[in-house]
Amino acid sequence: MKIQRKSLTAWLVATTMLATPGFAAGTHPVTGDALADDQTFTYRILDEHSSVDPQVVEDVTGSELVRDLFEGLMNQDAEGNLVPGVATGFAANDAKDVYTFTLRDNARWSDGSAVTAHDFVYAWQRAVDPELASPYSWFMELMSIENASAILAGEMDVSTLGVAALDDHTFEVTLTTALPYFPQMTTHATTFPVPRGVIEAHGRDWTKPGNIVSNGAYVLTEHLPNERSVRERNALYWNDGDTILEKVVALVINDENVALTRYMAGELDRTEIPSGQYPRLSQSNPDETTVFPRLCSYYYNINMTETGNPALQDARVRQALSLTLDRDLITERVTASGQFPAYTFTPEATAGFNVPNVDAMNMTQAERDAKAKELMTEAGYADGFDVELIYNTSEGHKRIAIAAGQMWKQKLGVNVTLANQEWKTFLETRGNQDYQIARAGWCGDYNEASTFLDLVNSASNYNDSAYSNPAVDEMLANAKLMDDASAIYTEVEQIIAQDVPIIPIYHYTGAYMMDTDLANWPIGNVEQNWYSRNLYKRAD
Amino acid sequence: MFRFILNRLIYAVPTMLVMIVACFVLMHVAPGGPFTSERPLPPQVLANIEARYGLDQPYWKQLWDYIANIVLRFDFGPSFQYKDRDVNDVIAQGFPITLTYGVLSFIAATTIGISLGLLAALRQNTLADYLAVGFSFVAQVLPNFVMGPILILIFTLHLGWLPGGGWYGGQWQYLIMPVIALSTSYMASIARITRSSMLEVLNSNFIRTAKAKGLPTHRIVVQHALKPAMLPVVSYLSPVFVYVITGSVFVDIYFSTGGLGQAYVNSALNRDYSVLLGTTILYGGLTIFFNLVTDLLYAWLDPKIRY
Repeated sequence: MKIQRKSLTAWLVATTMLATPGFAAGTHPVTGDALADDQTFTYRILDEHSSVDPQVVEDVTGSELVRDLFEGLMNQDAEGNLVPGVATGFAANDAKDVYTFTLRDNARWSDGSAVTAHDFVYAWQRAVDPELASPYSWFMELMSIENASAILAGEMDVSTLGVAALDDHTFEVTLTTALPYFPQMTTHATTFPVPRGVIEAHGRDWTKPGNIVSNGAYVLTEHLPNERSVRERNALYWNDGDTILEKVVALVINDENVALTRYMAGELDRTEIPSGQYPRLSQSNPDETTVFPRLCSYYYNINMTETGNPALQDARVRQALSLTLDRDLITERVTASGQFPAYTFTPEATAGFNVPNVDAMNMTQAERDAKAKELMTEAGYADGFDVELIYNTSEGHKRIAIAAGQMWKQKLGVNVTLANQEWKTFLETRGNQDYQIARAGWCGDYNEASTFLDLVNSASNYNDSAYSNPAVDEMLANAKLMDDASAIYTEVEQIIAQDVPIIPIYHYTGAYMMDTDLANWPIGNVEQNWYSRNLYKRAD
Repeated sequence: MFRFILNRLIYAVPTMLVMIVACFVLMHVAPGGPFTSERPLPPQVLANIEARYGLDQPYWKQLWDYIANIVLRFDFGPSFQYKDRDVNDVIAQGFPITLTYGVLSFIAATTIGISLGLLAALRQNTLADYLAVGFSFVAQVLPNFVMGPILILIFTLHLGWLPGGGWYGGQWQYLIMPVIALSTSYMASIARITRSSMLEVLNSNFIRTAKAKGLPTHRIVVQHALKPAMLPVVSYLSPVFVYVITGSVFVDIYFSTGGLGQAYVNSALNRDYSVLLGTTILYGGLTIFFNLVTDLLYAWLDPKIRY
């Protein structure tokens, strides 16, 4: 499979346009916007990043930095479509279990040496090396790369991983099974190349400014933990001619309200809108508030094991709880940041996902409530029951839990006890199925429905409801072998709506305060894989 | 005196050991571990990570290795959360920051606090006394997690005089708000303690004798009253000094200083065992040291105290 000719042509045209002399004259060559003299983008991050080592990073903040510092085989455009990165394209064999990537010959590390297929071989082997113990090594297993599982288990040497450099510019990957969305997974930070010589010379210190050598559009020039990190334009990046932002500064500001104050004072170009403040800010600063769909779901897990609530073992009771949860009220009055009411686990924004016709979606809330009462009576719980709902300590989760508890109490007579727990304690409690109903949230690792629906697979580590349905397991296994599994995903969602191992509440939105000078933010990219080299600052 | 100091330093060793063991036990008793996450790691991946960090070893061996590494190599181990750094990095980066704003806050709190306390005591029941007492009450009830956002709102957003946060090598404009936020409540406490202590001393017999001898007021205050009045203040200042130089999590959170206070609290929340132990050892060591300094100051301030 070659990358689509049309999108490749469009990309080439766009990059050629960007390289025209108009760019140097201080206007954007495509939009015609006058460019600001100071092309510095400053944004807020909630927490210090875990690492900028592509094979070690495990948090969203760190991945954002890594996407600027390093470049993998493929990138995403503003809509989340696949576009060339270090690879100019790829081809797959008929069985679709061997992919061959052609690497561009002008890709350079920031020390001037060439980026070759050998760098990718080293990086991918490093990702599964038990000695490095990458927290994202499971992602290489998920990619179905040959021998990844055995290497992780210490049964085979890293050199047996199904990756090979056929020559300096040809990288071949062998999979254990055909994986239709494999190319999309190469935009993930874990798969980015790393400079072997630098790592061997500096050990763990290789990511420190001064030591680090990277192949992305920016290089790390400053890092003051828990304060800020600075990345500056990499003149040796193969497509540096198209980069406009000179400098990107990430400021660690833990408190979202302080971040908003500093944004208002002009210290930041972008910050998150604090919980509950969207209605006010969208009135006072309408041009600066931006809300867009994210590939994330907020839901409640129901413990379906013996340790759970006996009443919740009855699917009709679970359905009743789900039906009486007024998602419109929660998203409009409680969270109030444009979130989308959810009746399926997989967000509608997910690529290739067709939202199933779930009954509850076609009812009014009054009809849902009436149906819920019927179900509770049928199940023998007409007078309700007692249940405990746990959530990790947070004002936002607390407000939603109070609303849910009140709805269940008023409509079904269910007495809900709320309990908050510190984060790690909460994870332990939920992971050990030592709960009845628990708050949960999930963001997709890649833009395909399986990144959500794998959670209801009985073998999944993340199946905190301990839901087990052999039919669902089989359908999900089959889906992995299909080019287009959207029909299966739709069917699985319909089964979930009946079995209700989880209660979807809403699909997340990104809600930002963004300076009107900042242009080209990829709000259409639901994974929010943004690249600073595509952004620019307009002149005031 | 020398024997006293030596004894205290010798006793510090078992004290530190008990503290390390207690901290080690408590952090392992807490639910969850450093690699517990929203996305539970597959068992094999978790096993590899635990092997890398030595967490697959029995507890006694982990503790033994940890202490041996500190004693033999002064190596506090790698951070489990921030994987590009080790504990020595975390402390070397964060401690100078907290030390800087902590010492400045301490100086501000003690000089202004003692001055206010003395003023209030020497001008008892006058307008100056009421103002000083009023200020100390207001400052006392205004916690720094309220003070921080208010200062940013006033000085950054409305007046535009100061940057809202950051450290930038400790430039003065980045120091002002953290120092005000951290020092104000201590200033208030010091003022109140100084005032009440000074009033007590001023009403004692030896001061009455000094007055009867006809000594001028400034000599009575400076030469006779000040030293004994400072005894309760000094005992209060010792833990305050350790607290301010080891960082305030609120200052670090609201002003993004990158200080050690935040690293300490985060290490507990993240179950970053090695950082938690390393910072606890630092805090414990400083507490023991400054308690010793306090005891020596007592002897200097009060001739009746001898070691």
